[in-house]
Amino acid sequence: MSERVAVRKTYKLFIGGKFPRSESGRSYLVQDSNVSLASRKDARDAVVAARAAVKGWAGATAYNRGQILYRVAEMLEGRRDQFVGLGIPADEVDTAIDRWVWYAGWADKLPQVYGGANPVAGPYFNLSTPEPTGVVAVVAPESPALLGLVSVVAPAIVTGSTVVVAASPSAPLAAVTLAEVLATSDLPGGVVNLLTGRITETVPTLAAHLDVNAIDLAGVVDTDLAADLEGRAAENLKRVLRPLPADHDWAGDPGLARMTALLETKTVWHPKGV
Amino acid sequence: MTATTTSARSDLSELGRSETALRTFLHGLPGVDQVGAEQRAAQLGTRSIKTTAKAEAIDLAIRMVDLTTLEGADTPGKVRALAAKALRPDPADPTCPHVGAVCVYPAMVPHVAEVLRGSAVHLASVATAFPSGQAPLDVKLADTRAAVAAGADEIDMVINRGAFLAGRYTEVYDEIVATKEACGDAHLKVILETGELATYDNVRRASWLGMLAGGDFIKTSTGKVPVAATLPVTLVMLEAVRDFRAATGRQVGVKPAGGIKNTKDAIKYLVLVNETVGADWLSPDWFRFGASSLLNDLLMQRTKLTTGIYSGPDYFTLD
Repeated sequence: MSERVAVRKTYKLFIGGKFPRSESGRSYLVQDSNVSLASRKDARDAVVAARAAVKGWAGATAYNRGQILYRVAEMLEGRRDQFVGLGIPADEVDTAIDRWVWYAGWADKLPQVYGGANPVAGPYFNLSTPEPTGVVAVVAPESPALLGLVSVVAPAIVTGSTVVVAASPSAPLAAVTLAEVLATSDLPGGVVNLLTGRITETVPTLAAHLDVNAIDLAGVVDTDLAADLEGRAAENLKRVLRPLPADHDWAGDPGLARMTALLETKTVWHPKGV
Repeated sequence: MTATTTSARSDLSELGRSETALRTFLHGLPGVDQVGAEQRAAQLGTRSIKTTAKAEAIDLAIRMVDLTTLEGADTPGKVRALAAKALRPDPADPTCPHVGAVCVYPAMVPHVAEVLRGSAVHLASVATAFPSGQAPLDVKLADTRAAVAAGADEIDMVINRGAFLAGRYTEVYDEIVATKEACGDAHLKVILETGELATYDNVRRASWLGMLAGGDFIKTSTGKVPVAATLPVTLVMLEAVRDFRAATGRQVGVKPAGGIKNTKDAIKYLVLVNETVGADWLSPDWFRFGASSLLNDLLMQRTKLTTGIYSGPDYFTLD
């Protein structure tokens, strides 16, 4: 009897809840695997998918979004060994799981902490509430491959925005595997879209795209590229989160900044008394 | 050759006089190879149109759009805004061509006419108890005359599908002839409502019937039934207008309507036209798109080509 041949996985993109190959048909060899090499058209398709998902995701209750993020943590816990098998240190996987739980908890608390009633000199209730900004493009940090990705995606989606994330080009396997976790966590298709391949190919398209509302340059190392991307983003006044220093401690306390940077504030004046 | 053509012409003009002759002719048309038509349409849909050819195609498609709003909720303000958009689809870019026509309900025609007066944009109106066509002939003709009197220079009529499917071809034929007469100088587009005709053979017969009765255009759908324009249906209709011109010398236009939502779809149709009937039909005079949301996608793609930056729906009007 012949020996069984193991089934090898093709690592594909994650767009609109599906796992398509790159529209260009290209792939590249990294971490001993074939991974899709996304083109600018894949970036465009991902933005279309992300835009389509905004209404449902931003419109879902904060409680529901929190439940789904918690579900992601549950699914990730179940696949812990798979990530360890991909070379992610066990304590990084644990921190990543805990980070989902941490952000899940913020879903229905952030509006209380970050919004509120404003005292105004007139007969009005004046209330400010944070609202999601819309479609966010994210450049995930080169490393840590899993924790870095989770730490930039979770704060964007927890408040109701949707993301198109460019995965670490040198370590995309954890990212694509995380996409499989997301796809099985009741997260609606299009809320997170993942592009693998060269940052220089897909991200300039995202930075210039008029239908993208914010861009997080967390993983951009090259300062010239970062400046170029900021310039492109200026066209439609995107919010820009600038690159972090290379020695940023991803395992430390994430703080609220990454969530609050991607919010807009809606203020309502409601007349009181008659 | 000339003799045959002449005799064919006179034969064809006599057809409407007798139910038997008309039926014999329509049922004598060769059947459509369903698998072949679908495969050919799908194959032509895979053509890759890029860069300068794409830019040309987008501008042509914009010129071919019949910018349509056919809602119970249409208001004078809404149709005026739509007409203004028809004249200048992209206010930020003066090189952007105007659309082919604006298509509205008869009651809205006067409001659109005010805006379009003096421009090259045509004013189309649906008539004849659109979309069902289930009204007495007098009512349908009055509907048509009212639209023309209000300023419409193109009339989109619906055929009597009930009569067509029941095989009463002369009834359908006579209605088209009567409507054509009521149109006066206005162009007549005959809506076959292919989604209700069930087979490609019926589409071919209805196409011929519409052309024999004097239609200037044949149009796929009202956009009010679940199945609207498809590529294979349009292929069958394009073959019909090609054969009709070969037989009679008269050229008839084609208008797919409903369900054409993006630039990629529109370009597939243009490829289909070019490959089936040739460049003679690649003009807004002979080919139109009945659409509403298509225009914004065309404009977004056009902006992408001219600026290199992907645009978004936030930058174009909602209509």
